Amino acid sequence: MSWINETGPGRDVVLASRIRIARNIADIPFPSAMQAHHAAEVAENVRKSLNHIRAETGSSFAFMYIRDVPVVERQILVEKHLASQDLMQNHEVSALLLDSEEKIVVMINEEDHIRAQCILPGFQLNQAWEKLNHVDNIIEKNIEYAFHEQLGYLTCCPTNVGTGMRSSVMMHLPALTANKQMNAILQTISKVGLTARGIYGEGSEALGSIYQISNQITLGPSEEELINNLTIICRQIVEKERIARKALHKTSGMQFEDALWRAYGILQNARVLELKEFMAFISQMRLGVGMGLIPDFSLEDVDTLMTAGQPAGIMKKVGRALDDSEIDIARADIIRDALDEILKSKNNL
Amino acid sequence: MICQECKQRQATVHFTKIINNHKTELHLCEECAQQRENFIQIPSFSINDLLAGFMDLGHAQPAFEKPASTKCAGCGMDYYQFKKIGRLGCQECYKYFGSELQPVLRRIQGSTQHTGKVPERAGSGLLKKKQIAQWKAELKRAVEMEAFERAAELRDKIKALEQLENQRRGKKNELD
Ligand SMILES: [Zn+2]
Ligand SMILES: [Zn+2]
Repeated sequence: MSWINETGPGRDVVLASRIRIARNIADIPFPSAMQAHHAAEVAENVRKSLNHIRAETGSSFAFMYIRDVPVVERQILVEKHLASQDLMQNHEVSALLLDSEEKIVVMINEEDHIRAQCILPGFQLNQAWEKLNHVDNIIEKNIEYAFHEQLGYLTCCPTNVGTGMRSSVMMHLPALTANKQMNAILQTISKVGLTARGIYGEGSEALGSIYQISNQITLGPSEEELINNLTIICRQIVEKERIARKALHKTSGMQFEDALWRAYGILQNARVLELKEFMAFISQMRLGVGMGLIPDFSLEDVDTLMTAGQPAGIMKKVGRALDDSEIDIARADIIRDALDEILKSKNNL
Repeated sequence: MICQECKQRQATVHFTKIINNHKTELHLCEECAQQRENFIQIPSFSINDLLAGFMDLGHAQPAFEKPASTKCAGCGMDYYQFKKIGRLGCQECYKYFGSELQPVLRRIQGSTQHTGKVPERAGSGLLKKKQIAQWKAELKRAVEMEAFERAAELRDKIKALEQLENQRRGKKNELD
């Protein structure tokens, strides 16, 4: 079971909590300057920890070289936030360590030798750090990390030095977006060492009103302090979003509900769905489900649909490469079928 | 003041964005501001630009000027290469570009002192280093005071610990 179809605290607003750490092995050049034999050595060193990690976490982990992963599968890993585009670009030397629940991932030879992340459903930053810290300690048993007394963990990019940690919260903020409060929020958080970006789509638009809020600073405060800071701010944003949702419902009443049901209706009936409009409708539907206004679905159902509607997810389902207009038709088909499927399974219970 | 976007209407909405001490002001009319809010401004995240900008600030002070030939002995990267790609080549780069990096780190990180997790191995290495330094200072004092027995004892301790540390690091180097 992956985080997408598992419940978590605060899931109506927070899709997932994610923490990643950057580590490099002492005395081996960073990926930006290393040669093939260095890369092989790094991968081998991490692979050595595989059995330890399996034994100590009780999860089954798989180790794979990216060069052995089919291209469509690579893109799916990226869409599921389990791997980065950088890792795929380094496919000749990069590798991945992935647990079967898709909660813990270790990217090897990405921007740094090691980029480990833990992703959990809902608002669970502390739990994510606890799990990740454990894995970090296991890997360290076989490896000496590049570490400096004053600067902490040494990373390829100085923006990650220190803790090497980036903690983030993926949030669905449709009401704050509709109320045009996001600019003010983004300005405020940038003043307290946090940063935000849209996580779906490219460019400056946050598709589906989904944002990722992270710590920008990595050096100075401890891991716990950074996580605590992010938690406090995100808790406030969650509250603001919930208040804004209630206010929208109160002031617009049936018109508000109508918009959410219409979005659901379109997803259920459309024959062509562009990514941008799909994200807009699924965001509306998620809002309806999160507020208990559209009863037949769970938030996990909606988030699974959201992933299924991303380009690589569609191509995987269809089993071949598609052009843009084919993708939009296939997306509409997949979403219609998936909605039917969920309704049928609920009726059979 | 006139709207910066349409350059026609009166600007009534004023944005101020501060990212890492960089202040950007934006003055828009009601209509253009509305449009902009529909496409929420997410700070586009180009670390390279960010770094390049800060490093120019650092470089404005002639004290930090270094000849372009300063290269990291670990990986051969020079400072201008680093500035261009925003990535370091190896852990030694932090030493070779240290004087340039300090002000950069202070600006982008706000601090230059790590207080978080310390890995067990490197941590024990650091402890050993500190212990050796302490014993060496004590040894110097012992010699000065002609406490030769104590000095010999310290010399043995230092030697043993240094050997232990070299072995530990040597084991790793055999892999290269
Ligand atoms: Zn204007
Ligand atoms: Zn170097």
